[in-house]
Amino acid sequence: MSANHGRAFVYGDGINTDMLAPGIYMKHPIATIAQHCLESVDPDFVRTVKPGDVLVAGQGFGIGSSREQAAEALKYLGVAAVLARSYGGIFYRNALNFGLPVLVCSEVDQIGAGDLVRVDPATGAVHNKTRDVTLKASPLPQFLLDMISDGGLVPHLEKRFAAKRAAAAL
Amino acid sequence: MALTLAEKIVARAARRTHVTPGEIVTCAVDLAMIHDSGGPRRVAPILKRFGVGLWDPSKVVLISDHYVPAADDETRRIGEVTRKFAAENKLAGFYDSEGICHVVLPERGHLKPGMFVVGGDSHSPTGGAFGAYMFGIGATEMAGVLATGEIWLTVPETIEIEWRGTFGPCVVAKDVMLFLCGQLGMEGGRTQAVHFRGDAIRALPMQERMTLSNMTAELGGQTGLCDPDETTAAFIRAAGAEPGDVARWQSDPDAMPAECLRFDASALTPQVAAPHSPANAAPVADHGAVKIDVAHIGACTGAKIVDLRMAASVLKDRKVDPSVSLLVAPASHRDQEAAASDGTLQILVDAGATLLPNACGMCAGYNGTLEENVTCISSIARNFKGRMGTASANIYLGSPYTVAASAVRGRISDPREMLS
Ligand code: SF4
Repeated sequence: MSANHGRAFVYGDGINTDMLAPGIYMKHPIATIAQHCLESVDPDFVRTVKPGDVLVAGQGFGIGSSREQAAEALKYLGVAAVLARSYGGIFYRNALNFGLPVLVCSEVDQIGAGDLVRVDPATGAVHNKTRDVTLKASPLPQFLLDMISDGGLVPHLEKRFAAKRAAAAL
Repeated sequence: MALTLAEKIVARAARRTHVTPGEIVTCAVDLAMIHDSGGPRRVAPILKRFGVGLWDPSKVVLISDHYVPAADDETRRIGEVTRKFAAENKLAGFYDSEGICHVVLPERGHLKPGMFVVGGDSHSPTGGAFGAYMFGIGATEMAGVLATGEIWLTVPETIEIEWRGTFGPCVVAKDVMLFLCGQLGMEGGRTQAVHFRGDAIRALPMQERMTLSNMTAELGGQTGLCDPDETTAAFIRAAGAEPGDVARWQSDPDAMPAECLRFDASALTPQVAAPHSPANAAPVADHGAVKIDVAHIGACTGAKIVDLRMAASVLKDRKVDPSVSLLVAPASHRDQEAAASDGTLQILVDAGATLLPNACGMCAGYNGTLEENVTCISSIARNFKGRMGTASANIYLGSPYTVAASAVRGRISDPREMLS
């Protein structure tokens, strides 16, 4: 989302909700759950990820349970976008509803760990600065972009209804 | 452009002439169903944040079934919050302790072909049995729907699952779904629209189709559609409603599903899923040595009147093995009355069954749980560890026929050996 490039964290197929939000921490607040995000796949992830970084993966990202914390944890850690070949359907809905851009991209093999990438969810353009290539992901429609920039479904609707009330009060 | 049934319904809800799988559209919701667990107590605070009420109370149905009957202060409070919400809004329907939401909703005539419906529960694909695009969403999204009447959707691909021929004796919808979970796994539906077709499906009564659609949740499909037909129309009329234009809500003959799987109905045998996943399904004979302590007939997927009759046909003039407790929780009050008037209930009681309230009950461990370390065979939809409230319990899944046969023998048994 940001104008800057973020670093790519590259994983394979089948990153599931238990890896993103491990079951044993589910009773804790999101700040705690996020500290264990992806630890079973990449113990360094939480320590090294910075706001604006991008997650890149293969098939079925976010398959598994319906727990919303899987998306919330990535958002909490400041992940700017996820690129994957395909997603678990419930995770996909949850992520967008939490304001995390998740894009379908079939060219993820053109991104290596640590590459500097920038994702434009409006056009689907993915610029890999390190390799100087631009890849295609499927763009998101305007109404979802609006929802994402408001921070997700609840803040988006809050804003929409507040605007309506303000208009009615004029 | 040729459309599948799923695409037709989504296009209509999105106010478009056609849609393409993969594109994201905004749909107008025809009906929203909520229950006491994920409903008022969760959505009311969010609606308050928005500063609005329901977009259209006449399109909202509320059903109390999870915390019914109230067992303690907390569940009594949930019941009060639910009733207060119903009293404050002129809803299309409020059913308090009348049965399980997925069974009560169509039983009271709220579903018809072509509708676009959301439910605040993971087994909401059940509505697909009526040719309605119905799917489950979480409480946050439900609050959004209740406030706006709209929801965004990725237009699904359609996966057709066709069953040809005739199912053999004691082989029913539950066996079909356990078999499919075993074959395809719990992601087999890939969050797409699963569409059940073929002459074997057309021959099924409505409540059996509901079991197929219900367990599309276990297959990971977003909804589970059946082709609406005369059986659908007759059920809706009996529920006191009008089925509408049944002929309109059919896939175009030249529509292209993303995938088409074909199975031979006559080759299917009774299936049982071992702990702790419906995907651990295998023919019942594979589990024949397993001794059971509890046999449970319950839930939206396994205790409708058709299910109770299946169990009764096995239990007639028989007794449950003394080492087994047989628990029966008819899925709705109406189905229990039907079972009482045709003698089904008496057969179950005479065989030694204990009757439980018409509610979710033990299904999700909401009300009553299994004891520690017991082995149970149940007609519910999923057997994840701890599903019936006790992590140490071993839960097997089978059809009401198989559960009843196992109750009589004291171990997992093939019902075909008892009904010939
Ligand atoms: S009976 Fe079980 S599966 Fe059905 S709605 Fe209730 S808890 Fe869910």
